[in-house]
Amino acid sequence: MSDEASYAVGIDLGTTHCALSYVDLDLSEGEEVAQHTLAIPQVVTPGNIEGRELLPSFLYLPATGELGEGALTLPWDESPSFGVGEVARALGAKTPIRVVSSAKSWLCHGGVDRLAPILPSHAPDEVTKVSPLQASILYLEHLRDAWNDKHPDAPLDEQDVVITVPASFDPAARELTAEAARDAGLDNLVLLEEPQAALYSWIQGTDGTWRDQVEVGDVILVVDVGGGTTDLSLMAVSEREGALELHRVAVGDHILLGGDNMDLALAVSVRAKIEQESDKTLDAWQLGALTHACRAAKESLLGDPDLESVPIVVPSRGRKLIGGSIRSELTRAEVEQLLVEGFFPECASGDRPKHRARVGLTQLGLPYAQDAAVTRHLAAFLAKQLGATEDVEGFTPKLPEDATFLHPTAILFNGGVFESALLEERVAAQINAWLEADGGEPARVLEGGSLGLAVARGAAYYGYVRRGEGVRIRGGTAQAYYVGVEAAMPAVPGMEPPITAICIAPFGIEEGTRCEPAAQELGLVVGEPVSFRFFGSSVRRDDQVGTVLERWSADELEELPEIQATLPAEGKTPGDVVPVRLQAGVTEVGVLELEAIPREGDDRWKVELDVRAGETQ
Amino acid sequence: MSDDQAPSFFARLLLAWVAYFRTIFDAEFAAGVVRLRDGQPALPPPKDEPEEAPKKKKKKKKKPKPAPVLKEAGPGAALQLLGLLQREGRFIDFMEEELADASDEDIGAAARVVHEGCKKALEEHFTIEPIHASEEGETVKVEEGYDAHSIRLTGNVVGEPPFEGELTHRGWKCSEVELPKMSEKHDPSILAPAEVELA
Repeated sequence: MSDEASYAVGIDLGTTHCALSYVDLDLSEGEEVAQHTLAIPQVVTPGNIEGRELLPSFLYLPATGELGEGALTLPWDESPSFGVGEVARALGAKTPIRVVSSAKSWLCHGGVDRLAPILPSHAPDEVTKVSPLQASILYLEHLRDAWNDKHPDAPLDEQDVVITVPASFDPAARELTAEAARDAGLDNLVLLEEPQAALYSWIQGTDGTWRDQVEVGDVILVVDVGGGTTDLSLMAVSEREGALELHRVAVGDHILLGGDNMDLALAVSVRAKIEQESDKTLDAWQLGALTHACRAAKESLLGDPDLESVPIVVPSRGRKLIGGSIRSELTRAEVEQLLVEGFFPECASGDRPKHRARVGLTQLGLPYAQDAAVTRHLAAFLAKQLGATEDVEGFTPKLPEDATFLHPTAILFNGGVFESALLEERVAAQINAWLEADGGEPARVLEGGSLGLAVARGAAYYGYVRRGEGVRIRGGTAQAYYVGVEAAMPAVPGMEPPITAICIAPFGIEEGTRCEPAAQELGLVVGEPVSFRFFGSSVRRDDQVGTVLERWSADELEELPEIQATLPAEGKTPGDVVPVRLQAGVTEVGVLELEAIPREGDDRWKVELDVRAGETQ
Repeated sequence: MSDDQAPSFFARLLLAWVAYFRTIFDAEFAAGVVRLRDGQPALPPPKDEPEEAPKKKKKKKKKPKPAPVLKEAGPGAALQLLGLLQREGRFIDFMEEELADASDEDIGAAARVVHEGCKKALEEHFTIEPIHASEEGETVKVEEGYDAHSIRLTGNVVGEPPFEGELTHRGWKCSEVELPKMSEKHDPSILAPAEVELA
């Protein structure tokens, strides 16, 4: 936190769009909060600049001379060599090989080198490429410059900045997000999980009445389905010294499944219909236009129960609009079939997402969710987190003894997908059906979230309450972390030596705290990078530093990208093995930090989270 | 300045547009703007005339009636709007089409594209609202001192207000315009660039 800060700024660095909201600290007191959203100046078409609340997370890398002089001029930059925002999305629709999209999903993709220029992912060699990290830096720099342009007396690097990340982001992706922010010059930074930001936004929206709307023992399920990801979190309501407290007790897996998949599913289905009925075929741009039209048609159909179908027209690319346009329609039955049954099918609370066998070991594309059913992911999450509230102090669970999954008592929806009340109702009805079958009470829906900008608004509000002006959600890390060590046993041909996992960071470490180093020593080789396997668990809440696991089920521990340490050779003989202990902590920013401490001396070496998996060897 | 001389919103928009460029490129004009900002008359006092000049002017009689100043809208904003309507709603494409041989069904399909896009462009850049709150067909009152710019009397126009009559059109008023800013090198006369797809 900076004492000079005049504003608490919240940045939603989203998969499909970014937004920036801010609280004027001098004009805010208690629950009277002076909050605004920045109209972000951006090029919308070459040469035309507009301020919009959303900055599409797209980056266009034009060829030399492709665009006329001044085409990408911004109020703060005469001739940028790339376009960010609406212009990138618009140009990219016609020239997909030069547009970077979904950089955030790549930032969290453990199977690729996230520092290597790999985006746009399908571009030919002639196209200049950027790394997922660079793309994120450029978006943040655009937001920074937009802010500074409007607030020349209060530059962004002097303000308190909160950037949101999916709750399911792994430690490496969080570290990369913080690195991108540092690179953009934002030093007064903290990270906040998006579902928490959504809950903060809801709290703020209740004007102080949230305390009457929840009670001790409540378990709030936040279902956040954005453009590209589905993010789940559970918050428990407890009591301490007579005041209500909120604890984020669990977060879901990283699920690459969002509103964009849904719109694309509709478009692909309508395209099939068009191509069947006529001999016309659609090119990539027309599919984009069709997706756009389907999104609008979907919103009309889901918003008006009397509407049976909405006509869809895909304009021709040439000037001949009459006769050249392709007509079709989207019917209510199709939307219900494809969206409601495809993405939110009714299922039992015991159902689990389906996994297809992976083809090949490495993946070049994004690891999209293999099962599109949000409801099945939800069922798996609630069952996995049955014990999530056991250790919360001051919490009186309402859970029946023989419950098979954790019973939420309230649901908060977030993300553009839930603009349609029908989908919200479907998810709520599904959860309540599970609850009834499991002997629980129905959950209520917390109303009043502002879906599109809630995350940015909640983040700015969090920046404000961090200064001691309101309720804070307690959480800490949502996983316990383990380093994998080969067991010392005689080698058996054809059998991999078994791995034991040593806990180096327990569940729920809060920002700005360090753990004791684990007693077990590991050997580092002087002058050589040494890698260790690294695991996280979102369910083992009781393990302490030093706990050793000899075996575990696939549900319990998830393997993360490796961690790596290199001991500098100064003053030592290269090749020597130095015994070290590992110490974990969480920085003030909210990033996991690992250090290696030798048996003797005061040295400490940083242990890196590997973000370069998939690096060409 | 009395009310009837106050320029309309669009005239002010245009004036601001023209003044903006002249301030940049015309040093004399800019000097006038500076004087206006400082609360002085825009034109400098003529150097060779003595201080009493204003008094003399008052004595001068029978100035010929000045020719009315007619406003001329510059092309910039208009071209920008055309480009916007073409981009969002394929407006130029549609207007340049020959409708004689087209079926109503095909025209209807194209009209959906034009309507949806142009509506979006209008909503994004203009705040447009009806002038009269009553429903068309209702009998409405026109009070004394009504604004003749925003209410047009038709039919049997005799006598003095207040009047009573049937509202035949609610009228439209644009309360806010927010056109995109343009980069200096941007040529707004290109309404839509030709597109060449490379295989």
